[in-house]
Amino acid sequence: MVVLLCAVVYAAALVFLAACAVRVVKFARAPIHLRWELYPVPHEQPDRVAHGGSYFEEVDWWTKPAHFSFWGEMKFMVPEMLFLKGLHEFNRRLWYRSFPFHFGLYLLIGTLLLTATGVAAGFFAPALLAGSGGALLRSAIAALGLAGCALAVFGAAALLARRLKDEKLKGYTTGGDLFNLVFFIVALGVLCAGLLTRPPATPDVIGLAAGLLTFEASLQIPWLLAAGIILVSLLLAYIPLTHMSHFIAKYFTYHSVRWDDSINRRGSRIEARLAEYLTYRPTWAARHIGADGNKTWAQIAMTNPAQEAKK
Amino acid sequence: MKDNIKLSDMSRQDRKPLTHLENKDLKPLPYPLEDPSKDHEWTPLSDQAKAKYECSLDDTCAVNIPQPKNRQEEDELVAKFLSGLDKLFTRENNWTFLQPLLLTMEHCAKCQTCSEACHIYEASGFNELYRPIFRSEIMRRIYFKHVKHGSLVSAWQHGDVVVNWPLVARLIELSYRCNLCRRCAQTCPIGADNGLVAHELRKLFSQEMGIAAKELHDTGSMLQLKVGSSTGMNAEVVKDNIEFIDEDMTEKTGIEVKTPWDVEGADVLLIHNAGEILAWPENPGAFALILNAAGIRWTLSSEIAGYDSINYGLWYDDAQFARVAIKHAEAAKKLGVKKIVLGECGHAHKSLSVIADRVLTGDLNIPRESSMTLLRDIVMNGRIHLDPSRNDFPVTLHDPCNMVRLMGVVEPQREIIRKICPRFREMEPHGVDNYCCGGGSGFAIMSGNNFRDWRFHVAGRKKLEQILNAFADCMDPSIPKYLCAPCSNCKGQFRDMLAYYDLWENHRILYGGLVELIVNAMVDAKPGFIEWEWH
Repeated sequence: MVVLLCAVVYAAALVFLAACAVRVVKFARAPIHLRWELYPVPHEQPDRVAHGGSYFEEVDWWTKPAHFSFWGEMKFMVPEMLFLKGLHEFNRRLWYRSFPFHFGLYLLIGTLLLTATGVAAGFFAPALLAGSGGALLRSAIAALGLAGCALAVFGAAALLARRLKDEKLKGYTTGGDLFNLVFFIVALGVLCAGLLTRPPATPDVIGLAAGLLTFEASLQIPWLLAAGIILVSLLLAYIPLTHMSHFIAKYFTYHSVRWDDSINRRGSRIEARLAEYLTYRPTWAARHIGADGNKTWAQIAMTNPAQEAKK
Repeated sequence: MKDNIKLSDMSRQDRKPLTHLENKDLKPLPYPLEDPSKDHEWTPLSDQAKAKYECSLDDTCAVNIPQPKNRQEEDELVAKFLSGLDKLFTRENNWTFLQPLLLTMEHCAKCQTCSEACHIYEASGFNELYRPIFRSEIMRRIYFKHVKHGSLVSAWQHGDVVVNWPLVARLIELSYRCNLCRRCAQTCPIGADNGLVAHELRKLFSQEMGIAAKELHDTGSMLQLKVGSSTGMNAEVVKDNIEFIDEDMTEKTGIEVKTPWDVEGADVLLIHNAGEILAWPENPGAFALILNAAGIRWTLSSEIAGYDSINYGLWYDDAQFARVAIKHAEAAKKLGVKKIVLGECGHAHKSLSVIADRVLTGDLNIPRESSMTLLRDIVMNGRIHLDPSRNDFPVTLHDPCNMVRLMGVVEPQREIIRKICPRFREMEPHGVDNYCCGGGSGFAIMSGNNFRDWRFHVAGRKKLEQILNAFADCMDPSIPKYLCAPCSNCKGQFRDMLAYYDLWENHRILYGGLVELIVNAMVDAKPGFIEWEWH
């Protein structure tokens, strides 16, 4: 049983990490695109951020030092990530459902981190775990975990109900969309039920995690809890294979698209990358493009199809 | 008539339009246009257009795609579409937008947050066909099925779609029902971009299938590359016109106006949207007056495309875009100017300043600047004497999407207006949250078939509401009102839309640029530069 559980948990974690890495690499290695920013851009000067202005508002802007405020971005990103500020502003009805779901997941991530802390303490400083600090940690794990589970399951159920009821969402909802939400509800629900109904003799969360980490064959895990662990592991592996990997995409949609106002200065890294792209040989078939598979982007851009037609 | 349109309807084999709009379905307008029964009737599509072109989307037809003669032609067109779709997702063919396109294709949560932000969807009375993700969702399903070679599991996960010629033909038209204002993208919690999807679809159709709105391609970028301007003016004609404008301005203002041409080593190469020279000559005339009065060393260029800042490739074709941008830069390089300044044209601002930033390399990378900032410096630093009491009439400001939301030039024009227009009032919302005029992405110059009806009833409706609300306290025709739009395409839309609804005739709402307001307030010029005549 423990071996099976360990295999599932480790395999799921590996799939999760690998799939996330593949996505990150795919987007990070995509070519620098033409600029496509949207204002406001929060790393601009604060007085400009207030009205959505850019460095283009200055005369001779290219002679002025570039401004980049890390804190400006943080001021935007932290409320956006933690509280889904944009959704709160633009789609309040959905926010009431989506926020508890996402915040529940954050609490579960927090629970996981606390559990890891507990496991580490158990290995390196067991005395700490035995004392009042350990009790406090266990209480925090229980409270965060329960709250996280409850919020995430409630949010997912509310999102599912909306998908099923709301006419404007129905036409765009696929079987996959419904399955995703049901998967969250079932996996987290079963895990939560398994933890709450486990017999007193069963190890606590820290003990379970330590047992799984060390392949402790004697670990006694009730079937409901085991089912919960397996389901959550599968869910973890599944997430980065779907559009729910938007936690990765969002970094790129903001930093590489909406906020990317980096200037292509002569001799810059951007210019070097562009020089490479201009050697690509496109194969677009429309006549006015004049791509024959041999001409480079640079050659095509320097061709005038109207003059060619005259000739 | 409300239609219950489904995504699968796009593949319907019959050639019947998927929707039909009636005035009573549309978003209500405020006074004096509150009665839908008094609104203009839509001109029906002609039988000839219906027989000749693919007009199976809605009440209008923007692109005029000839109907294929037989099934074999249909299949060839579908195959071309799919081959173009593949290319859209390769770095060799689409390095220009691959990353944002992939991000949008793979991560939309279909939460519909974007829907509320779209002026077209709202104005249409929330017609499903114009929902921002309707088009994107079709594209997404095709992407997973044909580019990612999705199996049955993928169809279950992402949704299925039947790709046939009716769908492709409808998708071509649908890509021209978006102003590319990207207001929807601004609200997306994930950062997906439906405007980009419409843009990329237009690119696919143009770059692979050779299909584009003729106003953008044949009489747009191709004509510009052929003679120098999409207006059809060659260098000699444009010089003649400017000479005439100089004379007219001199007479009108009492100040000698002389526009310099091809001055080597000038500080500023000013590039107008050449449409100004023909349609609104007082705009280039006012620019000349201001720059001369401020002592700027400036010039116009008579090089090919050097006197017309338009770059319609921005809206439908990367290659055409790059070609025109390079022509602009070459004109500046030849003269050895210190910088290019863009006149009052929103898409030209974004094209040359923002998008072309990653096209122009080496010695073609010449600094580009907005005229808004240069004018702000001239006005705020007192380099010309101005009397705000000459502009003592209600003024509101339209924010061109390309200049404001997509480029961040928001305040300079406002600083000027606040200083010289005592009765300035903002539209709501404004700045980066503005609404498109309805002429964006080329619509302002597209009037084929009955497209104008759609453009005014649907695309421009939200802006029309904003304008009427901004002037709600002074609709009496005895009070002249000025809608300031520092963008040629937006002015084109306003000219047509205000005339369509008789808002000049009945309520004295005039539109115009920013420089006209500045010259109207110039102490050294004869009063009355703004003539309060319809043009």
